[in-house]
Amino acid sequence: MTKFTQDDVKYFANFARIGVSDDEAEVFAELISELVGFGDVLKEVDTDHVEPMTHPLQLFNVLREDVPQDILDREEMLKSVEEHEAGMIKVPNIL
Amino acid sequence: MTLMKKSAAELQQLLHNREVSVKELTEDSLQQIAKLDGKVQAFLAVTEKEALSQAESLDNEPMENRGPLFGLPIGIKDNIITKGITTTCASKMLENFVPVYDATVTNKVKQAGMVSVGKLNMDEFAMGSTTERSAFKTTHNPWNLDRVPGGSSGGSAAAVAAGEVPFALGTDTGGSVRQPAAFCGVVGMKPTYGRVSRYGLVAFASSLDQIGPITRTVEDNALLLNAIAGVDQWDSSSSPKQVPDFRAALTGDIKGLRIAVPKEYLGEGIADDVKESVLEALKVLESLGATWEEVTLPHSKYASPVYYTIATSEASSNLARFDGIRYGYHPEGAKNLEEIYLRSRSEGFGTEVKKRILYGTYALSADHHEDLYVKAMKVRTLIAQDFANLFEKYDVVIGPTSATTAYEIGGVAQNQLTLYANDVLTVSVNLAGVPAISVPCGISNGLPVGLQIIGNHFDEPLVYKVAHAYEQATDFHKQSPSQGEGNE
Repeated sequence: MTKFTQDDVKYFANFARIGVSDDEAEVFAELISELVGFGDVLKEVDTDHVEPMTHPLQLFNVLREDVPQDILDREEMLKSVEEHEAGMIKVPNIL
Repeated sequence: MTLMKKSAAELQQLLHNREVSVKELTEDSLQQIAKLDGKVQAFLAVTEKEALSQAESLDNEPMENRGPLFGLPIGIKDNIITKGITTTCASKMLENFVPVYDATVTNKVKQAGMVSVGKLNMDEFAMGSTTERSAFKTTHNPWNLDRVPGGSSGGSAAAVAAGEVPFALGTDTGGSVRQPAAFCGVVGMKPTYGRVSRYGLVAFASSLDQIGPITRTVEDNALLLNAIAGVDQWDSSSSPKQVPDFRAALTGDIKGLRIAVPKEYLGEGIADDVKESVLEALKVLESLGATWEEVTLPHSKYASPVYYTIATSEASSNLARFDGIRYGYHPEGAKNLEEIYLRSRSEGFGTEVKKRILYGTYALSADHHEDLYVKAMKVRTLIAQDFANLFEKYDVVIGPTSATTAYEIGGVAQNQLTLYANDVLTVSVNLAGVPAISVPCGISNGLPVGLQIIGNHFDEPLVYKVAHAYEQATDFHKQSPSQGEGNE
């Protein structure tokens, strides 16, 4: 793909759960087409025998005992929640 | 005369001689902010009450219990969480977000006895290099108010340059500590990936993000990294390597230092004035006993596209947590769950953030994952290998921090590809995970130029040693911007 269309914008926006208007789709289509072109240069690099680098340092898993701790206060945390009741977060009906 | 342009050592002397109290020092910082920030616009929140009450209690601490940063004011970039104090990431999405715990670095600066005076402006979610992408305000460069301070840690660099605070914390995913430090004529360090805990840093691109200090001098920078570095049980990617005393490395002796200067870092696209300043800096380093050779980083031309593919992919995943339900922007009157998601993310995020999430979602999608994301990770291996090869023969890699001096506000930032291409000097460092510092190395048309010194993994002591030796041999760090004490 070299041209990122408005339909592409809406298709991927749906996965990303971002609402976009037609006007926005036009703007994003143009900006992302530019980015797609910008990235095309990577095609010329021979990476046949190259491993992907997933992390800058070689690290090892660190295991510890799983001991429950009281770290954060529920009431404190609920202060950031717009809608809650009886210690539970409210969302609209989903069924 | 403000105290905010004094070094940590000078301020400690004043505190120990009881010529000044921690409270007076804090008041001085707050007065500077009141006086200058109307123009500079570095702060998103000034926490006067909390700072003064903390300062009063610190004044009771016996002198023998105080460390080198005790009682000194600091500003914190607004993507680092602070308990009880808004942390917005300069986004409408988190406009009213008040964290319930502190980031590890926030804790560590408190433990060192530092007094946080507020939260600093940035590009929204650290996505940008001018600080113009903040949802709330545009920060101005203290050297020239019509110019950007750089970004994304533009508030941090501008606050230190203006003399509002002597210390600030920034974050660097693709150059966001070093480039604003260069634009504002201050010192900014991006430590080795894993050197500083990211716990409590709002994640942008987790394999690239690092928190770093921004200060007026190299010595102060080393002191602040001493305070924030080290393994953390809450960040499994933090390194268990022992943290050396970075200040102890500042011996001034760089005789025999072998410097690599990549020709790509002084080639096409690099402004002449920047090039000249860097070549002058190399002469200074030679006079101190170092030698330099031109080398090549063959894959550096791919660094920006690799960076944008990886950073946006990771961001699209990291920013999925902002769903409008548990915290953050919550749309009014949404009828169902789907509408809460769509509207909170559409109304809460700015254009640059949405664009990057969309591109990242595309790069990670089933049809394009191999061609884009995995391909970029493979080229990342080659970029890291380029650095590893150089460090077999050379001690440090040196070049400019930024291709030009500070841009005009409303100028180059309007063209995304120019901006992204300008990142080529800084992004490779994050891709390789190595440490790098920016120190002032010149002033051109009234704007600072930054010298970038890159070291091997965990070789911050050497990076600091070289930066300090250079700084002490020049006086760029003693020059002050037009906005600030002395010459308004």
